[in-house]
Amino acid sequence: MSATAVAAPAVHSLWTTAAAAPIHAPKIEYAQLSPILVVLGAAVAGILVEAFVPRRARYGTQLAVTLIGLAGAFAAVVGLAATGYATTKADLAAMGSIAVDGPSLFLQGTLILVTAVGVLAIAERGLEPQSREVPHVDAFAPQAAAVPGSEDEKAAARAGWSTTEVFPLTLFALSGMLVFPAAGDLLTLFIGLEILSLPLYLMCALARRRRLLSQESAVKYFLLGAFASAFFLFGTALLYGYAGTLDLGGIAKVVTGDAAPNAALNASAHGDALLLIGGAMIVMGLLFKVGAVPFHAWTPDVYQGAPTPITGFMAAATKVAAFGALLRLLYVALPEMRWDWRPVMWGVAILTMALGAIVAVTQTDVKRMLAYSSIAHAGFLLTGVIAGNKQGVSAVLFYLAAYSFVTLGAFAVVTLVRDAGGEATHLSRWDGLGRRSPLVAVTFALFLLAFAGIPLTSGFSGKFAVFSAAAKGGAVPLVVVGVLCSAVAAFFYVRVIVRMFFAEPRADGPSVAVPSALTGTAIAVGAAATLVLGVFPQWAFDLADKASVFIR
Amino acid sequence: MNSLLGLLIAAPLLGAAVLLLGGRFVDRVAPVLGSALAGLSFVLGAILFSNLLGKPASGRAIDSDLFTWMHVGTFKADAAFHLDQLSMTFVLLITGVGTLIHIYSIGYMAHDEKRRKFFGYLNLFLAAMLILVLADNYLLLYVGWEGVGLASYLLIGFWQHKPSAATAAKKAFLVNRVGDIGLAVAVFLMFTTFGTFTFQGILHPSVVSSAGQGKATALGLVLLLAACGKSAQVPLQSWLGDAMEGPTPVSALIHAATMVTAGVYLITRSSAIFNAAPTAQLAVVCVGAVTLLFGAIVGCAKDDIKKALAGSTMSQIGYMILAAGLGPIGYVFAIMHLVTHGFFKAGLFLGAGSIMHAREDEVDMRKYGGLWKKMPWTFATFGLGYLAIIGFPGLSGFFSKDKIIEAAFAKGGTEGWILGGAALLGAAITAYYMSRIMVMTFFGKPRYTTKAEGGTSPEAHESPAVMVAPMVVLAVGSVFAGGFFSLGSRFLHWLEPVTGHSEGHSPVSTGVLTAATIVLMLLGMGLAWFQYGMREVPAAAPRSIWPVRLARRDLGQDDFNHAVFVRGGTRFADGLAEFDAKGVDGAVRGVAGAVGGGSSRLRKLQNGYVRSYAFSMFGGAVLIVAATLFMRAV
Amino acid sequence: MKHTLLAAGGHTGYYQAYSVLGLVAVLGVLFVAASFAANRLLRPDVPGAEKYTVYECGVDPVGEGWAHTQIRYYVYAFLYVIFAVDAIYLFPWATVFAAPGFGATTLVEMFVFIGFLAVGLLYAWRTGVLRWI
Repeated sequence: MSATAVAAPAVHSLWTTAAAAPIHAPKIEYAQLSPILVVLGAAVAGILVEAFVPRRARYGTQLAVTLIGLAGAFAAVVGLAATGYATTKADLAAMGSIAVDGPSLFLQGTLILVTAVGVLAIAERGLEPQSREVPHVDAFAPQAAAVPGSEDEKAAARAGWSTTEVFPLTLFALSGMLVFPAAGDLLTLFIGLEILSLPLYLMCALARRRRLLSQESAVKYFLLGAFASAFFLFGTALLYGYAGTLDLGGIAKVVTGDAAPNAALNASAHGDALLLIGGAMIVMGLLFKVGAVPFHAWTPDVYQGAPTPITGFMAAATKVAAFGALLRLLYVALPEMRWDWRPVMWGVAILTMALGAIVAVTQTDVKRMLAYSSIAHAGFLLTGVIAGNKQGVSAVLFYLAAYSFVTLGAFAVVTLVRDAGGEATHLSRWDGLGRRSPLVAVTFALFLLAFAGIPLTSGFSGKFAVFSAAAKGGAVPLVVVGVLCSAVAAFFYVRVIVRMFFAEPRADGPSVAVPSALTGTAIAVGAAATLVLGVFPQWAFDLADKASVFIR
Repeated sequence: MNSLLGLLIAAPLLGAAVLLLGGRFVDRVAPVLGSALAGLSFVLGAILFSNLLGKPASGRAIDSDLFTWMHVGTFKADAAFHLDQLSMTFVLLITGVGTLIHIYSIGYMAHDEKRRKFFGYLNLFLAAMLILVLADNYLLLYVGWEGVGLASYLLIGFWQHKPSAATAAKKAFLVNRVGDIGLAVAVFLMFTTFGTFTFQGILHPSVVSSAGQGKATALGLVLLLAACGKSAQVPLQSWLGDAMEGPTPVSALIHAATMVTAGVYLITRSSAIFNAAPTAQLAVVCVGAVTLLFGAIVGCAKDDIKKALAGSTMSQIGYMILAAGLGPIGYVFAIMHLVTHGFFKAGLFLGAGSIMHAREDEVDMRKYGGLWKKMPWTFATFGLGYLAIIGFPGLSGFFSKDKIIEAAFAKGGTEGWILGGAALLGAAITAYYMSRIMVMTFFGKPRYTTKAEGGTSPEAHESPAVMVAPMVVLAVGSVFAGGFFSLGSRFLHWLEPVTGHSEGHSPVSTGVLTAATIVLMLLGMGLAWFQYGMREVPAAAPRSIWPVRLARRDLGQDDFNHAVFVRGGTRFADGLAEFDAKGVDGAVRGVAGAVGGGSSRLRKLQNGYVRSYAFSMFGGAVLIVAATLFMRAV
Repeated sequence: MKHTLLAAGGHTGYYQAYSVLGLVAVLGVLFVAASFAANRLLRPDVPGAEKYTVYECGVDPVGEGWAHTQIRYYVYAFLYVIFAVDAIYLFPWATVFAAPGFGATTLVEMFVFIGFLAVGLLYAWRTGVLRWI
């Protein structure tokens, strides 16, 4: 014992001398982190349900746990906002790694609502053909690990298994998304990015039909996502090298010269190259997530391959989270660098709007068309980001809320139009849908009109807000390009409407499945949000406006 | 009272929602529900009217802010309503005539399978029209404007299984778009000039004059374009005749009494702008004068009773536009004629509908004749409407039209003589074509053989009471409204606070003018009687000299449009189509051909290989870093 | 703007150090490109079906290039990562958790963390991936 007693202090002193300052116990504000923690808790509970609840009862239990968790998290957000965190006071919780401020709470609230609606569509079990033995069939592979087309897969399908893991996976993804726009430093940002991405990669691979396409899309998403994460991490390292801190606020201070840069760097070299390259690379990582050109290539393939309810969730929620993070990064860490990033972002925004709108014109698959449309919308959102003023922030917040519900609704409608091979996503199959099922066609038309930005839909309010903010921020040419691209985009949206209502229905055309209350509610909520935010957008504008100040 | 204003619009809107979305469950109650809600709207209007009357003349207005639609930067758009004497007049006309026509339709559409939709559309129209006249800003007015256009489109094409109806609906829609562009441009122009959309913020002489006369003239001209589209004025008149393909109650309500008068409302409402722009006013009176003659001439040549009445509508609205273009001496009379016209023209259309109802939708007057014995009620009400429209002394049309002719002369100078002359001439032609309709329809011998006599036509019979009653009410209005309004210049005093009024001095004395009008009217009547009453009316239209043939072809309006716009447009489109053939898949037409070509070229970048995607990402990353560094370096 | 892309004076040496690296890279690329180009120019070009088969150390290739790998290895790799991360996180914690100012909360928090890992392990066990068939 004595030998150890002598040796121990020596080891200890070795550690303490290396760490110059003593380590302080971190202070964690659990109440302010509660939205994230509740969601994570529900996700962990979901894992336990998966492990211990009998297979028959899993679906119901999972759905209940998920919805209760979401309700709790939303209550937490509302509670925080009601105590003034969104407007009068704001805080950097958990040692500066999570910002609890207006944009955070607004986006977190939006994300939780979006996820709740998305979960309703994910939980749908009434659309796939059913049998007496297997009365409920969902959109996901019966056993994800089984090789597509194998005997194992068929056996799992016969046994009526289903991948109820999607519920905890959705919650895990959501927890990452909640962290993402609220992250106060670059590492937290990265962790949020990964937590939101990994479950999404998995969920993309889970389609029940066309599994190879689905798995291919997941692998693509994963590889490219990893590539983008590498950019992001490299950028983080470079910025740390420049500023000597990972705090977004701290970086801003170094940029403005209010704080000294990295001491080690001072000794060897000094210059903005690290700052510029690092900032650019981090922004690239985020641009990948929002699907901006030239980092958009994954979007159409993944949107097409992933199970449609997942596509809807992913398209809506990822965009909200990623734009939140982009806003925070550009407005908190790099506001003084805007003369550097604005021209580049101009180019990215123009390319994104133009490419998304133009390529969508020749798409023949409705999911791919919506994917390109989402690229175009990323471009429209970027114009709001570029505005560089408070109005721009509130406009982007509003646009995200409006856009996400339209997207969810549109993809939920896509799950309904089916034929023998599953969903009939080829556009030619939608001919004359308006004659056969007018209600579904009218609802889809409403979503398309909202995408196109026709007045009295939420799409118009959002587009108007971002464009007017951009114009006020001095980006008039960008607005002109945006309006032109909107015109091109309106063309292919309206073309689908024309097909649905004026083309002759095909004899072998798809049938429209009657949704259960779950998908029905999801579509109804989407449509209601689209109309309400189009006809009475002012309250939402006011809300977004109040919530548009970042904490440093 | 403010909430009543919202309720006034909400009632028909609710009706439209319930009837259009309600599905088969509401099929049976649809006619009654639709009519009841229209009636409720009228009752609310009447309550508001009595409330307005209780206020002092200068402060007769009720405002109701529903909500702020959008407030972004300096852009502020409210859904707010403003009820003053002008909009009150319209509200009573729209809901009153609207209710009557709803009730009439209960009988007229009794056997139609799509009744529910019909009443839903009618309610939708009422709501949109009320929004149009109650809006307190141009943006909301635009919403109502498009809304009535939509309802009109849906109702013209209501019997869409008939290709002619579908085509007519499309034509009305397209021609109206041209006018709507005018209104849209006007709204944009107003916002850039005045920074607001509200009537209160714009329609004030000092505000308008601050913008300069050029701006005011431009605004006036685009507003006139809008008015031409909606009110079927030359050069955008061509859709109205075809619009008669819609069910007759629709023709009575939308294409005679209310919607087509929206242009007159727009010009009267924007009086502050027109008062500041004499050039625009000149354009307005020219349009009005030309149209009043154009419509009258077309009305003379048509054998289709509804199309003849449509020509008449066009002509009468020409009178209103003319009066509105005269400025403060004319506004009040434009609106007064609008109201009396609403009564007698709606009554005439309902009468025509009653005849068609009895004759299995036969519209050719050459196959009518001697109907007065078979349909006494229709004859009596139609006859009173007829006397009113030709300006028979003592009836409504006499008072309102006379005032317009007088005001036209009072314009002064050569202009006054020309305009007054046109208006007088129009009165004579009106007497001619209306007498022609009257004679061909009700007098002479029947020019058809009933089934009982071995022919194909059904026996004519009087319509059910539910259809006759509204006709009677409208006939009463046609007889007494004008006199009631003129007694002690009631109407003038009522509207004056909104539109302003100035007395003009006619170079011809009132007595002489009245006498001239009556003489010309009698001349017209006599000529028609001579031509159609004294001789047998041939069953087929005889070959005539070219002016008559031209008039039968609507004075070549469609040929003109075809030659100028359709053929030119087709050539343009052909060129584009050829251009498109170079695009891939033929998926995209016209301008989009270029986009399509670019699109399919860009699409090839999306080859499905993740390695290519990663490479493009890498390339993009290099570019972005380089661009960032480059931006700093320069 | 007080920042400059490349700071003036003595700091340029920092970047100059990298120029050697860049030069080596350029030379390497050039060398490979030149030798391949020379090869292409000098060699005879007689393609044949035999020559397009995959080269497998002189043995005829069997099957296709695409083959499934056993997914179970992935699971073990994954479990290893879980425990490795666990250990990496535990070591620094162990050095400070008894220090003043840390105490019971720190202890509980670590057990919460381990609890999460345990949940994952439980899930893995219940879904049967720990059994080797």
